[in-house]
Amino acid sequence: MKHIKSLETKDFKKSLEKGGCGECQTSCQSACKTSCTVGNQSCEQDKASK
Amino acid sequence: MVDDAAYALIAEVDAGLKEGMGEAELAEKLSGSLADVDRKEVLSEILELKRSGRLFAADEYEERIEAFKERETVVKAMCLHIAHACNLACRYCFAGEGEYFGPCGLMSLETGKQALDYLVAHSGSRRNLEVDFFGGEPLLNWEVVKALVEYGRELEKTHDKNFRFTLTTNGTLLTEEILEYVNKEMSNLVLSIDGRQAVHDRMRPYRDGRGSYEEILPKYIRAAESRGQTNYYVRGTYTHYNTDFAKDVLHLADLGFKQISIEPVVAQPSEPYALTEEDLPVLLEQYDILAAEMLKRKKEGRGFNFFHFMIDLECGPCVYKRLSGCGAGCEYVSVTPWGDIYPCHQFVGQEEFKLGSVTEGIKNTELRKEFHDCNVYSKPECRKCFAKYYCSGGCMANAQHFSGDINGSYRIGCELQRKRVECAIMLKVAEADNQ
Repeated sequence: MKHIKSLETKDFKKSLEKGGCGECQTSCQSACKTSCTVGNQSCEQDKASK
Repeated sequence: MVDDAAYALIAEVDAGLKEGMGEAELAEKLSGSLADVDRKEVLSEILELKRSGRLFAADEYEERIEAFKERETVVKAMCLHIAHACNLACRYCFAGEGEYFGPCGLMSLETGKQALDYLVAHSGSRRNLEVDFFGGEPLLNWEVVKALVEYGRELEKTHDKNFRFTLTTNGTLLTEEILEYVNKEMSNLVLSIDGRQAVHDRMRPYRDGRGSYEEILPKYIRAAESRGQTNYYVRGTYTHYNTDFAKDVLHLADLGFKQISIEPVVAQPSEPYALTEEDLPVLLEQYDILAAEMLKRKKEGRGFNFFHFMIDLECGPCVYKRLSGCGAGCEYVSVTPWGDIYPCHQFVGQEEFKLGSVTEGIKNTELRKEFHDCNVYSKPECRKCFAKYYCSGGCMANAQHFSGDINGSYRIGCELQRKRVECAIMLKVAEADNQ
């Protein structure tokens, strides 16, 4: 596209079909103990399939 | 990333589509300030993005929220309060200098084992289980930490589980021997430090008032190197006293640390170090300054990670995780030295939030359900926020402490979170643009 460039992002709808395994990291177990940051965590299923 | 022509038209097209305009009508009525050729091209690109579900996508998740609430959850992460005691007296400590406003105490090995047994027994088919050794200062009870790691390794074999242990420490008691063990057994190490020496020592003194910076810094440099500059964080807190906190992040980066997390303090407005509404514009600008500097350093080959600017756009969490957030109270719990269970570390010490114990299980099932049902759509303030799928509605403890309701919100926290997400996406765009 000439005027709009977009980033590759996860397909949320697809993740609705196969997601929810719960194997990913809990946000407060990483480095935040006083806020909630979820967007930086990786999906274990995606990691395994890469 | 959009050019000026697209920037000028996107909102107009959105409004037009909402009014039910078709492509031909849109082409006719769109802003006359652009050349015909630009207008047509931009419109075509916008509509193509809309067709592929990448722009103006409808929210299809709210209607599924009732089914979402029916989901079965299991416990998969535990914050183990191995010591309600601390040798520092950090002024902003949400745990009241490590003791959580209750008696001082160390977790016994027996209680620790019961906690791990509870976790395994309530984890269903989840294989990856997380345990953070937390405090107070967990190194005050190091022998029990080690014994629990050994016990966890046994449970792995008998129950087909994989424990991921984390240690969160103030560093004062960290020795070479402990570090060696941590590097062998712990998947993550969180080292508390606030940044510049004066900033750190002001808020993180020993109980006799001495600063702790000089003592911990060489240990942290050694720890970071020994872990290959990965799977650790130097983690700090900024307050009203250092609203120029980007300097603290960069100070840590200048010292060679590659994994850095500096978070805003969470404190009642009556505290002199609490962040204020007046601090907000300064703090927001600090994130911009930090992002620009990070970009520059990355190009120069001396980049580093800042926890709150990290975002995984391609392999990030699924929608379920984005709806439910941290899972406090159901997937994630905190256990006190005496085996009591709370929704998370920030609720420990508030009796009305006690869920049960590792020996008796969850007794307050009504409270557990409140946490279980909390989601981005149960929080009115989140509905129109663009960042809601990145913070998942934010920290329930902060919401409770500032609004009296886990479904409420903490305005300053939300403003800062939005800015961090904005900067994180900007950095991704800049990276893609460079390529």
